[in-house]
Amino acid sequence: MRGAKILLESLKKEGVDTIFGYPGGVLLPLFDEIYNEKQIKFFLVRHEQGAAHMADGYARSTGKVGVCLATSGPGATNLVTGIATAYMDSIPIVALTGQVATSHIGNDAFQEADITGITRPIVKHNYLVREAKEIPQIVKNAFYIASTGRPGPVLIDLPKNVLAGNIDEFIYPDSPDLRGYKPKYEPNKLQIKKAVELIEKAKKPVVYAGGGVIASSASEELVKFVEKIEAPVTTTLLGIGAVPYNHPLYLGMLGMHGTKYANYTIQDSDLIIAIGARFDDRVTGDVKTFAPHADIIHIDIDPTSISKIIKVDIPIVGDAKNVLKELLQEVKQIRHPEWIEKVMQWKKQYPLTFSCAKEGLKPQMIIEKISELAGEDAIIATEVGQNQMWTAQFYKFSKPRKFLSSGGLGTMGYGFPAAIGAQVANPDKLVIDIAGDGSIQMNIQELATAVKYNLPVKVAILNNGWLGMVRQWQELFFGKRYSHVDISGSVDFVKLAEAYGAKGFRVTKEDEVEKVLKEAFNIKKPVLIDFHICEEANVWPMVPAGGSLHKMLEGSELA
Amino acid sequence: MEKKKTISVIVENHPGVLARIAGLFSSRNFNIESLAVGETEDPSTSRMTIVATGDELVLEQIIKQLNKLIDTLKVIDMSKEDYVERELALIKINIENKNLTDLMHIINIFKGKVLDTGSDSLIVEITGNDERINSFIHLTQTFGIKEMVRTGVVALTRSKKQKE
Ligand SMILES: Cc1ncc(C[n+]2csc(CCOP(=O)(O)OP(=O)(O)O)c2C)c(N)n1
Repeated sequence: MRGAKILLESLKKEGVDTIFGYPGGVLLPLFDEIYNEKQIKFFLVRHEQGAAHMADGYARSTGKVGVCLATSGPGATNLVTGIATAYMDSIPIVALTGQVATSHIGNDAFQEADITGITRPIVKHNYLVREAKEIPQIVKNAFYIASTGRPGPVLIDLPKNVLAGNIDEFIYPDSPDLRGYKPKYEPNKLQIKKAVELIEKAKKPVVYAGGGVIASSASEELVKFVEKIEAPVTTTLLGIGAVPYNHPLYLGMLGMHGTKYANYTIQDSDLIIAIGARFDDRVTGDVKTFAPHADIIHIDIDPTSISKIIKVDIPIVGDAKNVLKELLQEVKQIRHPEWIEKVMQWKKQYPLTFSCAKEGLKPQMIIEKISELAGEDAIIATEVGQNQMWTAQFYKFSKPRKFLSSGGLGTMGYGFPAAIGAQVANPDKLVIDIAGDGSIQMNIQELATAVKYNLPVKVAILNNGWLGMVRQWQELFFGKRYSHVDISGSVDFVKLAEAYGAKGFRVTKEDEVEKVLKEAFNIKKPVLIDFHICEEANVWPMVPAGGSLHKMLEGSELA
Repeated sequence: MEKKKTISVIVENHPGVLARIAGLFSSRNFNIESLAVGETEDPSTSRMTIVATGDELVLEQIIKQLNKLIDTLKVIDMSKEDYVERELALIKINIENKNLTDLMHIINIFKGKVLDTGSDSLIVEITGNDERINSFIHLTQTFGIKEMVRTGVVALTRSKKQKE
């Protein structure tokens, strides 16, 4: 059997039903096999970066491993941003790359790039396959590594002669062969006991939950836990959806563009229970002034996340779901009426608000409208910048795995292909990318992919004519010196949509917003909606980079 | 406070493992003082002895990050063990117009070996722990050190003294 065939058979054994990819010279033997393939659906993208983000969107929206494929050299390097995006957010993808024949490796052969070397710092692990007979075990290992412990991307580099090589018999291994890799799921009992003591002693506890809660499908346990100990709960960007937006104890997102009440709660707390979160600088602001009175219990499956930024009092290494189950069993029911009253007072006093001095649609209002009309099963991707932060603040998420956003790397151009990947995995759901006019142009070519496969993804462009988030920083911190952030008049998005065979709308008036959204959601093909928003709308409140969480800037205070 | 730690890492003897370890130190901004790699009693593994510096949190991170690598089988924080460590240095010392008796005296105290003698310099082999090699270097500096190479520290935990 040919190496290429062995690869496909191995992927099927792992349950792969979809590959996003792009062909090239060294991959010809593989594409020749894909030509006959019935079980795995192949999606031809228009740029390999799109394939990587699609695999990511497929993975984030389902919890399954996403798979992308690119040829050697430029194909492989085009995947790099997508791999790094998945790495920073702990998303399980397997990236397959072609490589020049083993005899040519190191010779600067045509389309040779040392992709295992290039991706080493941005993958959980990678492999260069030396012989066809290694393929089954390596595929087994790769899927196991990508999907277990703290998930992440794994790359398999496949030289041309390996794909073309022959072995007599295909035997797929039952188990991975990884003697050095044993993720720890079960928490240490003693640590649980210590945590329970601290929780029962605390007067002002708060739970700070991140993407790890979603990765371990622990939303239900999380909600039960915060109810049992009566602690307010805030999430990171990646934790959005772990707690329903309307839960009385939920405070929304914390950090740079978090709610004031979430940040005040953190700063005033005497105990932080961090679950599957990593004290990112966008969350903590100035570490020295972060939660000055709080002890910290940190629950994470990755020991390196613990005490990396802030020394914690009680580390618990384990899977969020298992740890929460244990805690739920051990901890007694607690009530903190005074603390809750104080927090609820902040919640009432400092709601998220918006305004904009100039004319144009208010982006936050558009997001609220989308949220109202799309229903709780809709999947929402975002790009990066103001569009992302407004969505995090104003969209009402009720369930996990409905919000797809590049948090750690902050990759503009992520949202649209991620939405396409999510649509492939969820053909019956409404999938929407909330975009900026800058970001959408970074992977707009994938509109061709969406049209070709009839994937009815909707894109809501919050068009302010600026690289909005950068402009906001220039306005606030660089005296309005708008250096190279004006992208107005880039393109007519309606005509662009039509040119690709998609549907385009332009919305400039408030009373058209609802009508157009409704119409767009009913169209069974890709739709781009160009919303002309108030040009200089800003994201508020805001903790300036490196500032303290309790010192938030507010737009109305500056004007 | 900056501290120094000797760490032994048992890794799969695969291509690219050294690059993963070295890459980890550079991409995470960890300080590495020395790194020695070699085979072990089991040919499928190699052993790396790393001397790293940093404050307590950083040193803890280094150990965790090393553990996290898929190719890592075991990380031993030698500072938590009873262990022996040795390093070997080859030092080419200038002897032109110098008092050889003095030099030989120092070499003897340090149980050094003269491996090569020329008209203007000789090569001395010194083994010992870091401190010992440093003091030898310090004492012979007045003669003029023309070239030097050090292997980096290697270390093993001590055998148990009594049967348990
Ligand atoms: C690939 C990439 N390049 C540059 C940046 C830096 N950056 C962050 S936000 C932003 C502006 C985004 O503009 P737009 O997509 O129009 O969104 P808006 O902020 O206006 O909503 C830029 C350039 C980035 N995050 N990603």
